[in-house]
Formats: sequence, C-alpha cells, structure tokens
Amino acid sequence: MNKKLETAIQAIRKGYDVDKLTFRGEHSLLVSPAKVVEICRQLRDNFGFNMLSSLTAVDYWPASDPRFHVVYQLYSIEDNITLRLRALVPGENPEIPTIEEVYPNANWHERELWDMFGIQINGHSDLRRILMPADWEGHPLRKDYPLGYEEVQFSFNAEEIDKKKPYVKE
Amino acid sequence: MVQLQEVTFDELKHLVSDRALTGETMLLNMGPQHPSTHGVLRLMLELDGETIVNCVPDIGFLHTGVEKNMEAKRYEQAEVMTDRLDYLNTIGNNLAYCLAVEKLVELDVPPRAQVIRVILTELQRIASHLIWLGTQSLDLAAMSMFLYCFRERETILDIFESVSGQRMMTTYIRPGGLWRDVSGEFVQLVQDFLEYFPKRIEQYEGLLTKNPLFIDRTKSIGVISAEDAIARGFTGPSLRGSGVAYDNRKVRPYSGYEEYDFEVPTATEGDVFSRYRVRMDEFWQSLRIIEQGLEKLKELDGAPVRSSNRKFVPPPRSEIGTSMEALIHHFKLWTDGYNAPKGYVYFPVESPRGELGVYLESDGSNKPYRVHWRTPSFVHLQALPILSKGHLIADLVAIIGSVDIVLGDSDR
Repeated sequence: MNKKLETAIQAIRKGYDVDKLTFRGEHSLLVSPAKVVEICRQLRDNFGFNMLSSLTAVDYWPASDPRFHVVYQLYSIEDNITLRLRALVPGENPEIPTIEEVYPNANWHERELWDMFGIQINGHSDLRRILMPADWEGHPLRKDYPLGYEEVQFSFNAEEIDKKKPYVKE
Repeated sequence: MVQLQEVTFDELKHLVSDRALTGETMLLNMGPQHPSTHGVLRLMLELDGETIVNCVPDIGFLHTGVEKNMEAKRYEQAEVMTDRLDYLNTIGNNLAYCLAVEKLVELDVPPRAQVIRVILTELQRIASHLIWLGTQSLDLAAMSMFLYCFRERETILDIFESVSGQRMMTTYIRPGGLWRDVSGEFVQLVQDFLEYFPKRIEQYEGLLTKNPLFIDRTKSIGVISAEDAIARGFTGPSLRGSGVAYDNRKVRPYSGYEEYDFEVPTATEGDVFSRYRVRMDEFWQSLRIIEQGLEKLKELDGAPVRSSNRKFVPPPRSEIGTSMEALIHHFKLWTDGYNAPKGYVYFPVESPRGELGVYLESDGSNKPYRVHWRTPSFVHLQALPILSKGHLIADLVAIIGSVDIVLGDSDR
C-alpha cells in the first residue's frame, strides 16, 4: 500500500474507530453518517484528497440497519491515491449530512441520492429531484421499487389488468 | 391520466437573486429543444438585459434508468446498455464496463485484444472530439466546420462497422477480450486514416486557431481556475485546459497504456479557447498512440483476442463440435452466465470528456447488484452556473460547447 494512503487510513481509524475493508486492492472505510463531514474535511485538508470522484449509494433491502451504504470515492491528484468511504445509513428515516461545503461538486450527486434512494440530505442548499420529474412518487433505485414492465393480459388475469387500467376502455 | 403539476415560484426562489422577485431581472427558459444545448438540456436563465445573472441547469430529460435495468441483467447482457449512455463514446463505455467486470472476477485479457482496444478507443476519442469541434464551431457560426468534421467522423465509423458490423452501438469489447478478431481490412483502413487525417487537422487549425472572429468569441470566456476546477470535480480536457495534467491513461494506466509514448497536452488560461487548444492537441496524441498500436499489432498477428478462461469466456465455435467440456461451458455461459465474487470495485477510465468511472458491486450472483456510472458530463454540467455568470447569452452557447457535454452521458 502507498505510504501516504496508509498514514491517512491509520489516522482516520485511530480518530474515529472505523472498520476497514479491502477488496481487489481498493480500501474502504465504514464510517458513521454523523462523522462523514468531519472525516471528509480531515482527508481533504490534512491528506490531500482534493477531489470527490464519485458519490453514490447501495440499497441492501430487506436489511434494515444499516439498509443503505452511501459510497464516497475520494481521490488525491497530487499523490494519485484513492480512498472509499462507506457511510452506513439505517432504513428508517434515512438521512445523512451534506458534504457540499467540503466538496462543492457533491451538490448534484446528493440530489441524485435523494431522487434515486430517498435519503434525506441534511443542510443541502437545493434538495430537489434531479433525474426524475419533480412530481414523481417513489425512489427508483431502491431495491423494493419494482422494475416496471407491462403485464401480459391472459384470460385468467384479464379482469385484474382491466381494473388497473380503466383509461384503456375510455 | 397524467396530472401535470405546476412548479411554483416558491420552490425556485432560492435559485434566483432577489432582483428577480421584484421583476428587475428576467427569467428565461433556454431549451430543452434549443439547438445549442447539445441535446435535451434545459437552462433557466436569470437575465439582466443580455447578461446572465444566474443559470440553473435542469437535466433528466434523457433519463432511461440504465443503472436500474443493469441490476436485472446478467453481466454479459448488461453490457449492451453501456453503448447507449454516452452515444459519442460507445467503445469507451464498453471498455470501462469490461475493465470493471474483469477486475471484479479477475479475468485476464490477451495482449492482442489490449492493443486493439487501445486503437479503437483512441479512434473513438478522435470521433468524439470531431463532433465536439463541429458543434462548437457551428454554435460560433462556422458552419462549414460542422460538415467537414462529420465527413471525417464517417471514416472512423466505417472502421467500426468493418470490425463489429455496427457504426455506433458496437458492443465489440467484451469481458475477457473482444467479440472476435478484427477484419482483414482493419489495418489498411486505419493506416489510410492515419495518412489522411493530419492534413485535415491542419486545415481545421487554419480555419479557426488564428481566426479573429473565433478568438473574440472564445478567449477569456468561461474562465475557471485550477483550484475551482478540481473542487468542482472537473476531469479530462476541461481540467487540462486549466493547467492540471491529470489523465487517467497516465496516472492509473489500463489496457497497457503505460507502454505507449504520448504526452498530456495542457493549456493555462482555463477559458473556452484553452479547452479548444487541449482537444486539438489531443488529436495528435491519439494519432501517435494509434500509430504505435499498429506497430504492436504487427508482432501479435494471429494471437488470440479472447481469454482462455472458459469459466467466463465462451469457447470458440470450432471446439464445441469436438469437445464435450466446451459444449457444457457454452451452454452454462449462455443460459446462466457466471457468478462474480462478493465485493465492489471502482474503475475509472479516460473518456473523451473526462473521467468515466464504473462502480460495480456484486452480491455473489450472476447479476450485478449495483452499477453506478460516474459520468463526466454530469459533473461538468453542474459547474455551468459558475462558468457562465456575468457573460452574455451568446457566450453561454460557447461555454456549453467547450465543456463538451453529452446528455445521454449525464442523465443515464
């Protein structure tokens, strides 16, 4: 492992008591959502992680606590090292503070989190839906949100489908 | 049945200045059908006369739910959708996805396939930059450039057609190598292109680089400093235009890019002209890489282009008739696919627009549990308000062109 990456990981692990996972040479730290802003700021100011490469989430439904992992991919241009943070967010009232003030480009990524996963972003400056229409109901990338398709109408389910689509016969 | 809901002024109040509330400045919609927004992008502009006070981009018109769809497909099926994301960088999207899958399941790629991958992605980079050059010039009223660029791009698409049968949606790069070896005419076609294209770049430069009209419209427009650009997540030519030589092909090489001799062009001003300069220089670097790739290809004539790991890559047709094991592998791969080990990887590649990252997570089954595309257009569009503040509407058109957005890329 790169020396600088090692010191950064050790400093964060010591300060915040977090677990580390390694897979295929990529390191992830499992952090609590309340500490995310603080850890990001430390990594940016003291360890040179000046770029937020990517921000997304993963839904582990039906697991409920934690149900979501919010994944932050941090990168340091100077040292060419990457570090991933995974914030563990519970399924009931999922919320996480915004890291907009540390990485300004988190703004749209966090809007996407709200739009796609329904994770409330606390302190966000402009929390509106971004990809789905403003009046959309539900959060499509959640695992309990069905991947929509047209059900084929046979004689055994003809009435049931008719009921769902009254406008077809109007 | 669809109830249209009105977006109230209160919901947008925090996005505009107080002067808009008193009617001192004007709110104007640009797009989503405006020819200069390069796709279906809508911008809400707050204008003081012709000067932009605020710019609020609205995206999502081209959202197709690709990430959700990929979760329901097996690894090799999901690849078909990658072409449709950034439709000007189809080969590059295939490559990013395949590299992520290969990293996840630890699959080897034979050297010949690596070289062909590099040649094709560099051709794709040139094709994508040609579209950018054509549309950017068209926006700045250089009509003929658009026609020239599309003419040149067509020769590249012909090469893609000869190798894969498709001009755009190729799905030619597959996990573990390529769909099949290149056609016999491939080398000749690429060589012809290498001979013919340098003269064309010189012609374009002659038409634009010293053209006072072009310079007036591009110098000191849409300036962003290196620090701001990094904080905003800029990558690719847009970041290199601000003087940061960050290129994934150099810092995190993949597909054997470390063996190629090429430079990372940069410019210092951070304006529209700098980004133009960087992309024009990248034409030459891509040509250099392709030339070296052809040299390497000569030595690897007849070498395999697919991994021999039968657990992930189907056997060749000739083997299926004689080997029971090959038949079983074939059947298994095309009915059930393969299971990837539980874990997650992030693989960034250098697309023509910047860093294209694929986050791929597996739960141990034969379908990806989560795929996230970190797309450069999404990140660059976000910075449009900073780039355009204080400029005229006419300059906004130049700025949108200069960050080279593709809406299919940003909306996914």
